[in-house]
Amino acid sequence: MSDLHHRPAPADRPVVLSARSVWKVFGEDEAAFRARPGPNRAPAALERDGLVGAVQEASFDIARGEVFVIMGLSGSGKSTLLRCLTRLIEPTEGEILYHGEDILKLPEKPLAELRRTRMGMVFQHFALLPNRTVLGNIAFPLEVQGMARAEAEARARALVEVVGLSGREDRMPSQLSGGQQQRVGIARSLATDPEFWFLDEPFSALDPLIRADLQAEVLRLQREHQRTAIFVTHDLDEAIRLADRIAIMESGRIVQIGTAEDLVTRPATDYVRRFVAKVPPAKVIRVASLMSAEVMPDAVETVPAASTIAAVAPRLVAGSGPLAVTDASGLPVGCLDRQTALRTLAEGV
Amino acid sequence: MADTSPTSPAHQAGRTGAGRYAACAAAVAALFVLALLLPPALRDLPPAAVVPLADWTGDALNWFAREASIAGLPVSGITRAVASAAQWPIEALQVLLADGWAKGAGFNRVQIAPPLSWAGITMAAALLAWRISGRGLGLLTLGAGLYLALFGLWTSAMTTLASVLLCVIAALAIGLGIGIRAYRTPSVEPAVRAVLNVMQTVPIFSYLLPTLLLFGYGPSAALFATVVYALPPMVHATVLALRAVPAETLELAKMSGCSRHQTLWKVELPVAVPRLAIGLNQVVMMTLNMVIIASMIGAGGLGYDVLRALRRLDFGAGFEAGMGIVVLAVVLDRLTQTAARNRAQGRTGLWTRRDSLLALALLAVPTAASLAVPALAAWPKALTLTTAPFWNGAVSVINTHFYDALEAVRASVLIHVMNPLRDGLAALPWLAGVLALALAGWRLGGARLAGLLAGLSLFVVLTGYWQAAMGSVYLTLLAVLLALAVGMPFGIWAAGRPGLRHGIDLVLDTLQTLPTLVYLLPAVMLFRNGDFSALIAIASYAIAPAVRYAMAGMQHVPSERLEAAAMAGCSKWQSFVHVRLPAALPTLLLGVNQTVMMALSMLVIAALVGTRELGQDVFTALSRGETGPGIVAGLCVACIALSVDAILKSGASRAARHQGETHV
Ligand SMILES: Nc1ncnc2c1ncn2[C@@H]1O[C@H](COP(=O)(O)OP(=O)(O)OP(=O)(O)O)[C@@H](O)[C@H]1O
Ligand SMILES: [Mg+2]
Repeated sequence: MSDLHHRPAPADRPVVLSARSVWKVFGEDEAAFRARPGPNRAPAALERDGLVGAVQEASFDIARGEVFVIMGLSGSGKSTLLRCLTRLIEPTEGEILYHGEDILKLPEKPLAELRRTRMGMVFQHFALLPNRTVLGNIAFPLEVQGMARAEAEARARALVEVVGLSGREDRMPSQLSGGQQQRVGIARSLATDPEFWFLDEPFSALDPLIRADLQAEVLRLQREHQRTAIFVTHDLDEAIRLADRIAIMESGRIVQIGTAEDLVTRPATDYVRRFVAKVPPAKVIRVASLMSAEVMPDAVETVPAASTIAAVAPRLVAGSGPLAVTDASGLPVGCLDRQTALRTLAEGV
Repeated sequence: MADTSPTSPAHQAGRTGAGRYAACAAAVAALFVLALLLPPALRDLPPAAVVPLADWTGDALNWFAREASIAGLPVSGITRAVASAAQWPIEALQVLLADGWAKGAGFNRVQIAPPLSWAGITMAAALLAWRISGRGLGLLTLGAGLYLALFGLWTSAMTTLASVLLCVIAALAIGLGIGIRAYRTPSVEPAVRAVLNVMQTVPIFSYLLPTLLLFGYGPSAALFATVVYALPPMVHATVLALRAVPAETLELAKMSGCSRHQTLWKVELPVAVPRLAIGLNQVVMMTLNMVIIASMIGAGGLGYDVLRALRRLDFGAGFEAGMGIVVLAVVLDRLTQTAARNRAQGRTGLWTRRDSLLALALLAVPTAASLAVPALAAWPKALTLTTAPFWNGAVSVINTHFYDALEAVRASVLIHVMNPLRDGLAALPWLAGVLALALAGWRLGGARLAGLLAGLSLFVVLTGYWQAAMGSVYLTLLAVLLALAVGMPFGIWAAGRPGLRHGIDLVLDTLQTLPTLVYLLPAVMLFRNGDFSALIAIASYAIAPAVRYAMAGMQHVPSERLEAAAMAGCSKWQSFVHVRLPAALPTLLLGVNQTVMMALSMLVIAALVGTRELGQDVFTALSRGETGPGIVAGLCVACIALSVDAILKSGASRAARHQGETHV
């Protein structure tokens, strides 16, 4: 594990959530684990003593407004890590800092207050309350906060609209399809307008088409309010589509943190390489990575630096000569050689 | 043979061989021979060696009830206060449902307000049944109400219903409380479960004794006994229902920042409601059963009518009141079961505000009208229907025409089967019994099971109830064999006929909801008092699980195994013997277990027809108000139940290891 393969949080935004050497071991003798010196924490040593190292020494920073995706195979410790961040699972060791404050030191009351006001969570199996209507489910977190009934209901109605369930306010969860149920789950998690948004494989129980719809929905809702989102999935396409950065876990350890492009072009281990082997490079490599710095003031055709090569493919095949590259504000920052770009496009097809 | 060495317990025994059984049989035979040579003290425990646990218990409870005081308050004062506090809701319900509000007594009696009219209650209940279930249950409820009213059973039925309502509410509240506590404090849970398991095996009468001592003869003692009796299933249901709340749902509660209080009331309990409703159904049925039995200590109602009829040998009246209990049981069962099912399937909104208003009107109008038309308050005696003479006539016809035949059956069974077994068991020295049990335990489950069985049987020996216990074993054994001999083949036969399934399930459900007392009536009508009637009553009560488990076991044989057998060219009979039966064995063994448990719980009720065993000891103690012997004899029944349970469970789990899962 080298820092080379851990891309830090974007420097232009404040860090809002950090994990520092977080461990979670399951087993009879969890308490004695803290006394162990470093070498005795190797996977083989843990296994010998009947301990499961579900999360091992996880460290990372997440910046405001980032979508941080945790990815890995089944049993690699994604859910455990996510639950350590919210303290739904008590980490065995380490620090979880929200705006620099360690929540592992918080007593029960302030922790509940923190969750109530600043965190929202979407669950894999929706976790809807079967005895409440759509509206009642969405209003539930507000009700727990002690908000007046009329106000809570008004907020919930607005959210029903946002997730596209108008007209179904009074249905019971059992009368909804899976996709609709998860829409309710999403609306509920946003009812308190949380700063941190946790999603644990929210779409793995849904059909591919519905999944794509909801992914777009999640992106829209996250961008609109600059929420910091931590998203667990085992679906690489989903991760690429949503993530600013992806953390890859392998049996409890984070083996690499980076953009989708980092993973494909500079995989940290064989494990990561095999993981991303099926991804066409053009889908993740951005124009900015292939461009040269010389600016061509008179170029007619321009492409944005942040686009992937696949996204600008129609323009690559339609003409000849280099293209001008522009940054977010439209200013020229460099130029893209058509041949280089086309070669990338042809790779992995 | 190496495998009889003491270091080869349970699992080796699974590798069967004729030699193994021969060795066991030889050991048992040796025990009996040894027993004959035993000194007398090891055959019959001399009275001097009996631990006077019964006396101690009796003395302790007497002292507690009469002289002890808690925090300066005498217990007798507390119980009296509690009893009179409990009296109040009983009377209030009694006024509302049965008696109406009156002042004065005898000639000075002035009726101020009538009770709710039978017509009103019947129609409102039928409306409820119709709304939550459909026309069928509505008509059934209507019919039940009419039966109770027209046959002059209405007042008794309402007394019973009032007790059931109160007990259910109390058991629900207390059971929920204990269940929630046990669920939340994992350290408390094993203790609670252990107590509940014993409570569920102690015979029903044993509950009546301490309450009788503490609260005196009357409705409130009956109420307390019933609530205590109905608690275990409610606690069990609560713990199970709360445990079944999905982990994600609990995480949702935490992430929403719920306090413990909010988690319980807004998340855990509402999500658990469908499962709790199933528990409620059980509680209602157990309460009804106990309220009927508790008429012996003054609960009144339909149970009292049956008892009185039994004592006067007025079978017709007894049968009629018994049918009253049956219709009440069936309606209560179907109503609560439908409600539970609706809950589980998320069907709500079946009962609207308009229905509530309509029900109120249905109650109010006939009740108001009953001021002018007395027949609406109480069905006039002159118009009461009765079939009692018919039944009495039928019984006497049977007795005159078939007396010889019935008597011949009875006598030959008694002489050739029942009496020899009874005498044989009575002659069994206690030491031989204890050793045989310990040996069986060791073969089946190793040293732990052997220790448990030896301990349980020694308890019975040392408290001086060994002889009586052998009487119970003899009666239970025969009844179980009879139930199995009839029930299991029938179940196996019925399992192959899916068309019959629904009908059989319905009959079994109904049989299992009937209060135990009802089973005595037909047996006594045909065979009079005595062991033979008891045998018939117990066997007919215990037959339902035998049929049910046999059907379940046969239906769940893995289909690949059957296909494999068919491909191997097995005949129907071969595939039955070699595939179906072995696969169903674990389930069948559980069925045997259930049958034994049912038989044991009926044993004590059967004491009413004059048996000689532990049940009779409990019953006699009850009628004499001797608390100590009643409780200890009851605990001895529990010992038998726990022993059989342990033996059969380990047998079933061993069979399951070889054959795969059990299916219930
Ligand atoms: N309560 C527990 N006790 C013991 N071991 C546990 C517990 N919870 C999780 N584990 C173990 O920790 C490891 C990580 O589990 P986790 O649920 O975090 O995996 P995951 O990556 O979320 O997998 P999935 O994709 O299947 O959800 C697994 O090996 C699991 O068996
Ligand atoms: Mg997971």
